[in-house]
Amino acid sequence: MGQWTGYIGLILDGALVTIQLTLMGSILALAMAFVAGLARLSRFVAARVLATAYIEFFRGTSIFVQLFWAYFVLPFFGIALSPLQAGILALGLNVGAYGAEVVRGAVQSVGREQYEACIALNLNRWQSMYRVILPQALLVMLPTFGNNAIELLKATAVVSLISLSDMTFQAQVVRAQTGNTLVPFATILILYFAMASAISYGVRGLERRMARGLDGVRT
Amino acid sequence: MEWDWNFVWQILPTLVEGVKITILATLLGSVLAAVVGMGIALARRSPNKFLSRPVGFLAEFIRGTPLLVQLYFIFFVLPDAGITLAPLVAGVIGLGLHYGTYTAEVYRAGIDNVPRGQWEAAKACNLSAPQTWTRIILPQALPPMIPALANYFIAMFKETPLLSAITVLELMNQAKSVANSSYRYIEPITLVGVFFLVISIPSVIFLRQLERRYSGRPGR
Repeated sequence: MGQWTGYIGLILDGALVTIQLTLMGSILALAMAFVAGLARLSRFVAARVLATAYIEFFRGTSIFVQLFWAYFVLPFFGIALSPLQAGILALGLNVGAYGAEVVRGAVQSVGREQYEACIALNLNRWQSMYRVILPQALLVMLPTFGNNAIELLKATAVVSLISLSDMTFQAQVVRAQTGNTLVPFATILILYFAMASAISYGVRGLERRMARGLDGVRT
Repeated sequence: MEWDWNFVWQILPTLVEGVKITILATLLGSVLAAVVGMGIALARRSPNKFLSRPVGFLAEFIRGTPLLVQLYFIFFVLPDAGITLAPLVAGVIGLGLHYGTYTAEVYRAGIDNVPRGQWEAAKACNLSAPQTWTRIILPQALPPMIPALANYFIAMFKETPLLSAITVLELMNQAKSVANSSYRYIEPITLVGVFFLVISIPSVIFLRQLERRYSGRPGR
């Protein structure tokens, strides 16, 4: 049994990489989701076209292909990325494209009368978006963002295929060294599930906090 | 390194071989996911807690863990238990199980959306349970599910490159082997991306049509 502590340590090292990827990927995804989601609702045709192209491209091809492209093809254009950078870039851009549709849907779900009230109060576009629309839309987005974050966590497993030593990669290392398959894979399955549960628990808590004081507003 | 059309034509036949496996895996996986999802949805509705609880937990577990790791589990761990599967079979089972947990939610939502009055009317008309399901509930529940199901099948299609990790010779794997033997990555990997776009953009348009056709009032 003593030998396993070393191997479990290896897997926990991988778990740190997985958590790091999930966090940084989520930050990039969140930023892209708001930029592209709001750009799709923009007054300017160019912004709408660009955002639509970005969203359809990243939703239309798989994360796996995007990751390989970022890691193997971008160097030929003079952009050499480390596996971690390529992983964060591909994960963030991919999940950001899904998030953009969530942002768009949530902003559109805010009732017309809210926009009219903003005009009546003489708020400018920025003020009405920032003060009135987004605070309400955010609550609608939150549960789906939580699901997207879990999808991102699950997608991080793919980076093991570009030799980044995340949890899945370490499990393969342990498998190669010990010849045991059940222990490493069962361990990481449980760890992934624990992380996914932590995300959904956190998002639910956040949702409760943000819903405070908005009781009368939401229908 | 520059884009080389000659090389593209040279590797195209190999990639087409991969495309066939990709499509085959998607089709078989979709069928399995549709069946598994129905099984999970029905089991979770079961009044027997010893059935509904474990199935519910298992579905949550599968949904919360990466498909890639599940594929490894099926392909590397099951042989120790005496179950050795061909790579493609293991891949299809992995896809079917993983997406089955998603389609189960679609079925659940679809069935829950049938108004209570329909169940009561079926009971009032003295229909048996199978009659209630096949004549009353499913005909109303199924059409609104179609776009959501199709959405997951398209998502599954985009996940098939993961099968290359368990040595299925699908498109991504063919592209990788071509790239590794010729040391050219631009063309094979880009072509894989183009292929996925070529399939998924029309399928998104097709999906929008499905949504228009089946949204709103459930068909009678």
